[in-house]
Amino acid sequence: MASPDIHEPAMSSQVEGASDYIPVGTESQWQLIRRRFRRHRLAVASLWVIALFLLVAIFAEFLSTNDPHDVQARYTYAPPQRLHFIDVQEDSGWRIQPHVFGYKVEVEPEALRRVFKIDEEKKIYVRFFVEGHDYNLFGLIPMNRHLIGTENPRDPLFLLGSDRLGRDVLSRLIYGTRISLSVGVIGVILSLVLGVVIGGLAGFYGGFFDAATQRTIEFLRSLPSIPLWMGLAAAMPPSWSALQVYFAITIILSLLGWTELARVVRGRFLALKGEDYVSAAIYDGASNLRVVLRHMVPAFTSHIITAASLAVPGMILAETALSFLGLGLQAPVISWGVLLQEAQNVRVLATAPWLLAPGAAIVIAVLAMNFVGDGLRDAADPYNNT
Amino acid sequence: MTAYILRRLVAIVLTLLALSVVVFVVIQLPPGDFVTSYIARISGSGESIDQATIDALRAQYRLDDPVIVQYWAWLKGMLVGDFGFSFEMKRPVSEIFASRIGNSLAVEMLAVIVMWSVAIPIGIYSAVYQYSIGDYFATIIGFLGLALPNFLFALVLMYISYVWFGVTITGLYSPEYMNAHWSLAKFLDFCSHVWAPVLVISTAGSAQLIRVLRANLLDELNKPYVLTARAKGLKKSKVILRYPARVAMNPLISVVGWVLPTVISSSFVTAIVLNLPTLSPILLRALLSQDMYLAGALILFMGFLTMMGTLISDILLAWVDPRIRLGMAGAN
Repeated sequence: MASPDIHEPAMSSQVEGASDYIPVGTESQWQLIRRRFRRHRLAVASLWVIALFLLVAIFAEFLSTNDPHDVQARYTYAPPQRLHFIDVQEDSGWRIQPHVFGYKVEVEPEALRRVFKIDEEKKIYVRFFVEGHDYNLFGLIPMNRHLIGTENPRDPLFLLGSDRLGRDVLSRLIYGTRISLSVGVIGVILSLVLGVVIGGLAGFYGGFFDAATQRTIEFLRSLPSIPLWMGLAAAMPPSWSALQVYFAITIILSLLGWTELARVVRGRFLALKGEDYVSAAIYDGASNLRVVLRHMVPAFTSHIITAASLAVPGMILAETALSFLGLGLQAPVISWGVLLQEAQNVRVLATAPWLLAPGAAIVIAVLAMNFVGDGLRDAADPYNNT
Repeated sequence: MTAYILRRLVAIVLTLLALSVVVFVVIQLPPGDFVTSYIARISGSGESIDQATIDALRAQYRLDDPVIVQYWAWLKGMLVGDFGFSFEMKRPVSEIFASRIGNSLAVEMLAVIVMWSVAIPIGIYSAVYQYSIGDYFATIIGFLGLALPNFLFALVLMYISYVWFGVTITGLYSPEYMNAHWSLAKFLDFCSHVWAPVLVISTAGSAQLIRVLRANLLDELNKPYVLTARAKGLKKSKVILRYPARVAMNPLISVVGWVLPTVISSSFVTAIVLNLPTLSPILLRALLSQDMYLAGALILFMGFLTMMGTLISDILLAWVDPRIRLGMAGAN
C-alpha cells in the first residue's frame, strides 16, 4: 500500500543520518498472518491440542500400554485403573513410585455375571520405558519399548478400562487416533486437489465450464450427504482388504467434500482476476500458468489453508459416523468410529461407560480444529483491519 | 412470482433426474448383477429358488437389456409409485414406505421447527448483547453442538436417561401403542418419546443458525438507519425486531437449502441409534444386506424430500424478499 513518495523522505533522512529517523520495518504477509493468529488465544491453545493429537498419532506404538489387538479374556469390561504416584509403605513411610491397583472378581447375585472391582490390596508397579509388544517405529525401526508399562508384563494395566474382549481401551484409542486423523487429513488433501483444480479452472476460464461447475456444486450440496455416502460405501465389495476399504472410504468422503473448497477457490479467482496487478501480468505477456502460479496463488494460499483446515473436522466426523454405522472402516482396523460401535448398546454402556472415551477424543479434536480454523479465518486476510 | 416458482420447479425436476442417475450408478456398483447375488444369498441360506422366479425377476428388472433400458424401466417404475420389491423384507418397497414415512416426516419437521424457534431468539439475543455472559454461553453451546456428532449425542442421552432415570429413550412409541390408532394417550406417549431425537437433531442445526443470525444481525445493528430510529425515540426492542432483525432473517431463510440436507442426514444417524420406526433404519439394513433397489429408492426419496423442502424455502424467501421475487438481484 505504501507508495514511493511516502517512503522517499524516510529514505533520504536515513542517508543523511538524521537523529529523528524511526526505522520502519515491513512484515511479510505470513508474519502478519502469524501476528493476527496469535491474538486469537483459543486458537493458539487449540493448536497445541492438535499438536498433541498428532504426536499421539505418530508415536501410537510407543505410547500404547498394551497391544490394541491383544485379547485378554480374563479381564472383560474391567474398569479404568487410576494411576497413583505416591506409594505409602507400611513400614518405611512413602516414596514416589507410580502404581495402579489390581482387580478382584465379584459375582453379581441377581445377574450372575462377573464384575471386576479395583482391589486395593494388589499393588501393580508401573515403570517407564518398559519392554512390551514388538513394533516398528515409523514402520521401520524395530522396537519393543513403551512409555509406561507394568513391571511384570502379565499384570493388567487398563488405564481407560477394557472392552468386551478384554482389550485395552486406552491403547485402542491411541491407535484409533492415527487412523481417524489420517482419514481426515488425506481426505482433505484429495478434496483440495479436486477443489483447487476444478474451482481454479472454473474461476479462471469462466463461461460454460464455470456454469457447469456451479450447477454440479449446487447439486451435490443439496443432497443429504450421509445417506449418499452410505450408498457408495455399501457398494464396496466385501472382499476388499482393510487398506483398500480405508482408501475407498477416504475417496468417497472427498468425492462429496471438494465442493466447499472449489467454491472458495473459484470465488478468490474471480475476485483476483479484476486486480490491476493480474491484468498487468497478463498484458506483460506472462503465460496463463505463470499468472496463476506466480501472481494469483500466493494471494489466496491463506484462504485455501483456512478452508482446508475447516474441512478436516467434517471429514473426521463423517468417517466416524460411517464406521459407527458399520459401513465405513471395519474391524480389525481401529478408528474412533469403529471403537464407538462397541458402545452402541445402552445396557453395555451402563456397565462400561468408559467405552465412550473415543467420543471425548472426537469432541476435543473437532472442537480444537474448529477453533484453529476460526483463528485462521480471521488471520487469513491480515490487510483487512476489523 | 409464478414464473419464479415455475423456474424453481424445472430446476428441481432436473436435479432429481441427476440424482436418479447417481442413485442408479450406486445400485449398479456392487459387483455382479443384483438377482445373481440374491440367488447366491438364498441358496447360501439353504432355501431354493425355482427357475421361473429367476426369469421373472430378470425380466422385471430388464437385467438382460442394456444399462440405459434398465435405467429407464427403473425410473418409469419410480414415477408411477412402483418402487420395486424388497427381497430381504419380502414386501413391496412402497408398502414399507407407507408404514414409516409419517414418523420420518414428523420427527424431521418437529426438529426444523424447534431449530428455528430456538435459534432466532438466541441469535438475536447474542447479537444485541454481544460479549455478555449469555452470548458467551450461546457461543460455547454452539461450538459444542458443532463438535458433538449426532450419534454420540444420542448415545450420551441414552446413557444418562438409563443410568440416572432408569428410562430407555429408544423408539417413538411404547409397545402397547405401537399399532394402536391415534388417540390422546398415544399422542402423549409419542410426545414423551419424540423429544430425544428432536433434541439431538436440532442441536447441531441450531448452533449453525445462531452463528449465521448473530453475524448478520451484528452487521445490521451498526447501520445508520438503526441509529436514526433510536434517535427518533423508538424503543430499543421495537427497533431491533422491526428493522434489523427482519433484514438479518433473510439469509436465515435461504440457508434452509443446506439446513434440510443436514437435518435429513442427522436424523438418519440419530434414528438408527435411537431405533426409531422411521425410514432410516430400513435404509441401513438395506445397505448392509445389499438390497440395492430398496436402498436406491430410499436415497432417491430422501433427496426428493430435501428438494421439496428447498422449494418451500425458496418460495418463502421470494415472498419475504422482493428482490428475488422480481428476479432482480437473483441469489445472493
